[in-house]
Amino acid sequence: MESHSATSRPALGSKRLPTWLLGGLPLALIVVALGAFALLGDQTLPERTGPPLEELAVEQTILRPGSIEIAVRNTGPDAVEVAQVAVNDQFVDFAAGAREIGRLEAQTLTLDYPWQEGSPYNVSLLTSAGGTIEHEIPLAVATPEPDGGFYGLMALLGVYVGVIPVALGMLLLPFLRRIDPGWVRFFLALTVGLLGYLALDGLLEGLEIGQGSAGAFGGAGLVLLGAGLAYLLLTALDRFMAAKRERAASAGASAFRLSLMIAIGIGLHNLGEGLAIGSAYAIGSLALGAFLVIGFALHNTTEGLAIVAPLTDDRPSLGRLALLGLIAGAPAILGAVIGAAAFNAELAALLIGVGVGAIVQVIQQIAPTLRDSLGRILQPLSVGGILTGIAIMYTTGLLVTA
Amino acid sequence: MSTISRRSMLAGGGAGLAGLSLLGGSRAFGQGAEGGTSGGGMAHGGGASGAMFQAGRRVDHTANGFDPTEILRDFDWGRTSRLPGGRVLREWEIVAQDKEIEVSPGVRFPAWTFNGRVPGPTLRCREGDALRVRFVNASEHPHTMHFHGIHTAAMDGVPDVGAGLIQPGDSFTYEFDAEPFGLHLYHCHAGPLAEHIARGMYGTFIIDPKDGREEADELMMMMNGFNTNFDAEGNQVYAVNTVAFHHMNEPVRIRRDELVRVYLVNILEYDPINSFHLHGNFFDFFPTGTRLEPIEFTDTVMFGQGQRAVLEMRFKTPGLHMFHAHKSEFADLGWMGFFEVT
Repeated sequence: MESHSATSRPALGSKRLPTWLLGGLPLALIVVALGAFALLGDQTLPERTGPPLEELAVEQTILRPGSIEIAVRNTGPDAVEVAQVAVNDQFVDFAAGAREIGRLEAQTLTLDYPWQEGSPYNVSLLTSAGGTIEHEIPLAVATPEPDGGFYGLMALLGVYVGVIPVALGMLLLPFLRRIDPGWVRFFLALTVGLLGYLALDGLLEGLEIGQGSAGAFGGAGLVLLGAGLAYLLLTALDRFMAAKRERAASAGASAFRLSLMIAIGIGLHNLGEGLAIGSAYAIGSLALGAFLVIGFALHNTTEGLAIVAPLTDDRPSLGRLALLGLIAGAPAILGAVIGAAAFNAELAALLIGVGVGAIVQVIQQIAPTLRDSLGRILQPLSVGGILTGIAIMYTTGLLVTA
Repeated sequence: MSTISRRSMLAGGGAGLAGLSLLGGSRAFGQGAEGGTSGGGMAHGGGASGAMFQAGRRVDHTANGFDPTEILRDFDWGRTSRLPGGRVLREWEIVAQDKEIEVSPGVRFPAWTFNGRVPGPTLRCREGDALRVRFVNASEHPHTMHFHGIHTAAMDGVPDVGAGLIQPGDSFTYEFDAEPFGLHLYHCHAGPLAEHIARGMYGTFIIDPKDGREEADELMMMMNGFNTNFDAEGNQVYAVNTVAFHHMNEPVRIRRDELVRVYLVNILEYDPINSFHLHGNFFDFFPTGTRLEPIEFTDTVMFGQGQRAVLEMRFKTPGLHMFHAHKSEFADLGWMGFFEVT
């Protein structure tokens, strides 16, 4: 019958255009139209009035004895030429690459200036059109040299604030196995509270960083972009694992899968956290000390609890538990190294957004497990858990001054 | 590094006693071509040898159409003739022009000018001369010429009085007598006043006493600045005679023991005060130049906007003597130079 219907309309078929042409023709027209605009647009449309719009975003500041290195990117529509540079109202000699910085191009300016440790500086870039682009250095501190010892220190920091606290939190698993299932739901709800707090915290921090950067690659929007990206990818990953589980028909895998998703979400969050810590240390706004490590340890221990909360009826091997811990904690190491070595506001905003999206996805995963015998998610015990989780995060967060 | 290369450059330049303008083009930093801050500066702590522009970059005086070194000694005595009573009649033609100029290396400024230069021509005459200044407005904006001096209200060059604003394409001849003797100035008085002045519409107006002053090497220095981003809050660049740090690279050459007379005017807009400080020497100070006796022997003086004074000095020793605003911020932003005594 199929072949019959096909052959019964040969006349019609010959009149219809082939599919590739239906797609190709509009595409060709678009190319031609854009080409015509590019060639003739100058003559039919007026040029923008007014002086050139000059924008430079400072992406990185590196302070070495006797010099200030500033990496700038042109985030405006027009080319910019930095003609002269003044530091604290003094013109300084500086070295730069090409004179003109095109749209989205980057340039490093090395200023010859005897800056003093602990002082604030205002760097004023005077453009060829007479415009000034100001950059504040709130507190001058020598940028750490990125050698082996430095990366070692950052890795150690990541272990302290990421891996160890998460592992400690996971030690609560035997306790959780002993208690009443109703109370397990309480601890799962507590996890939701903890994660909700982290999501909000990340969102606010990401927006703050994103807004501070100029918008060539998107400022605050990058946070939401990262969040959406992480949410969708993790949902896809979860569905993929769920399909595999159905084939394996293993009930135990479900709890472990939930733990894994929580670990991934927390891991992505800790990547952003490590980034913030590393960059804060690199620009001298973070004192490394016992207090900071204690604060983070308390704060992040609760993340370990969140990971093991779904595993009360499960018997995962020690190796699998260690894997969960590493997935959640180790990204803090990577984040600290990246943050200290090459902090970039856009990258930070995106990564923090990824952490936010991951956590939202995890909360969505945990929510069904909070149902009590009546099928309610928001029952008194779970609400109590959520509020306790938020309270714990808020309180321990006060201990972290970063 | 910058000091070392500047000094070595000066030594080379000092070999001959050729005119300053001839040396101008050939002077250049020995090191530090574009993008070339070598390690030398770092070794000295970086930038400790003082404020300076990016090494190797200079203002293109030819494109600007004027050279600050030449402006120093460029006195425009006008075209003279005798009136029936025997008085000297002195006439000038001044044209207002919009012109983009380079105020520090690489920085363009859309200036409004008298005769295409900033500061405008230094008009010079003798006490009692009859003066006629034909003003032609070839700019796109209405302007005036307002002289400091004693004259009738109709010749004051302010809007709504006498000829008032001179519209683009129009012209007007200001007529008045040269009095009192001293050091004065002229500037556009169209509104907004601050902008018309800050854009560059000013110049020096010198009336010599009837019997003249003692023979001297005379220099005109207009202390000015440029608010390149037009935010009306301070200036980005400060200078004497427009080009910042010009006399750091090209010192003012004067001769030992010779009397040097500086006609010093402050026209700086957007900053309340300016100052002048001389190194290694003192000067006689004649405020407004309207008395022939100095009121002070000093090395530092302070001016409000429109204030001016005649300074007289002699250098006893050869070498480089710095002069700059003693407001260090202005000095670091370009208002700094050298006398080179030979």
